[in-house]
Amino acid sequence: MDWRDTGILLSMRRHGETSAIIDVFTQRHGRHAGVVRGGASRKVAPILQPGAQLDLAWRARLEDHIGAYKVEPLRSRAAAAMGGRLALAGLNAVTALVAFALPEREAHPRLYRRTERLLDLLGQDEVWPLAYLGWELALLEETGFGLDLDRCAATGATESLIYVSPKSGRAVSREGAGEWADRMLPLPPCLRGQGPAPDDEIAQGLATTGHFLEHRLAPALGNKPLPDARARFVAAFLRAGA
Amino acid sequence: MSSNSDIDALIDLMARLPGLGPRSARRAVLHLIRKRTLLLGPLADAMRLVADTARECLNCGNVGTADICDICASHKRGTGELCVVEDVADLWAMERAGVFKGRYHVLGGTLSALDAVGPEDLRIPRLIDRVETEAVSEVILALNATVDGLTTAHYIADRLQGRVRLTSLAQGVPIGGELDYLDDGTISAALRARKEI
Repeated sequence: MDWRDTGILLSMRRHGETSAIIDVFTQRHGRHAGVVRGGASRKVAPILQPGAQLDLAWRARLEDHIGAYKVEPLRSRAAAAMGGRLALAGLNAVTALVAFALPEREAHPRLYRRTERLLDLLGQDEVWPLAYLGWELALLEETGFGLDLDRCAATGATESLIYVSPKSGRAVSREGAGEWADRMLPLPPCLRGQGPAPDDEIAQGLATTGHFLEHRLAPALGNKPLPDARARFVAAFLRAGA
Repeated sequence: MSSNSDIDALIDLMARLPGLGPRSARRAVLHLIRKRTLLLGPLADAMRLVADTARECLNCGNVGTADICDICASHKRGTGELCVVEDVADLWAMERAGVFKGRYHVLGGTLSALDAVGPEDLRIPRLIDRVETEAVSEVILALNATVDGLTTAHYIADRLQGRVRLTSLAQGVPIGGELDYLDDGTISAALRARKEI
């Protein structure tokens, strides 16, 4: 068995003295682990930083073996990520959520492309949080918990949509919410791709996507707690905007 | 048990050491046996002694032969500077350079979301305790220039913000390094950290 693909490195851990086991989000093969011989060496280890874009050749005797990778760096994102606190927290949140949410060896090409585009924006702090919010929506969509934000779940209206139902994940208008308004999640315009997306709206959007990550996605994955890295990114974003 | 199986057992144990495999372990054991008086006996004594006395310093996490290591016990090292490192090997590297005269704090790892290593798994609470109880004027974050290392540095910086002066090691061109051979990340970090001459 062998294939060649490109991928984004999610994590690396040492395997024995000289090798490493890497977890990569690949374009056509989804999350896929493999051994990199010599991956713990001084020459190769700096390449294997989370977020790195890699050219990968995977080979194993049987398909269900972990197999071995040969890796070539395409581009490193470590410098962009390490240049700023928000970028670093963002990179950690993305890699941790992908590893948390996606099963191994299941292709998600649309989410892969979005993740690649998002990581290429690292270091551009003025646009990154909004791009990240859109990516979390895409992650929910890809894992089967997408939000339906086009029309009101109660009235069918397409105007004054300012809430999201915490149960159904559907938009709710001001009129449709009625006396339940205080139980609704916020639906800022930026979550529907509208408006200039000031920081406070993005923070509201992150609270809403965070609710569904924590109360819908995580229970479906066996009630694993959400990775701390996401909370750290949100905290870094709120602090940067304060 | 025959003497051969004793030797085989020694070879098996030696082969588990970093950098040694079965073949090199056999060579090492053969060498030790040939230099029995000069090497094997003293080595066995030294290993027994260290096995009996080696422990982690209760204060900083360094490895020593007493509850409080020599560095923490030395009054000369009480400069107010506290250097935070990931591992004892990093502490030893700093000591080899011989330029840092303060004390250390060994975290015992870095934060890692994917490996589920949180602050409570490291010696971060003890670090905060030390900053509050010892006369610490500066905390130097000497962590590896990796994503995990820098994430840990930021986390500690957030926890200690406003309590003490916080610094980190510079990143850039190594001594003897040639620009042509540096990766773009290092060049980028070096350019950001440029200084006037």
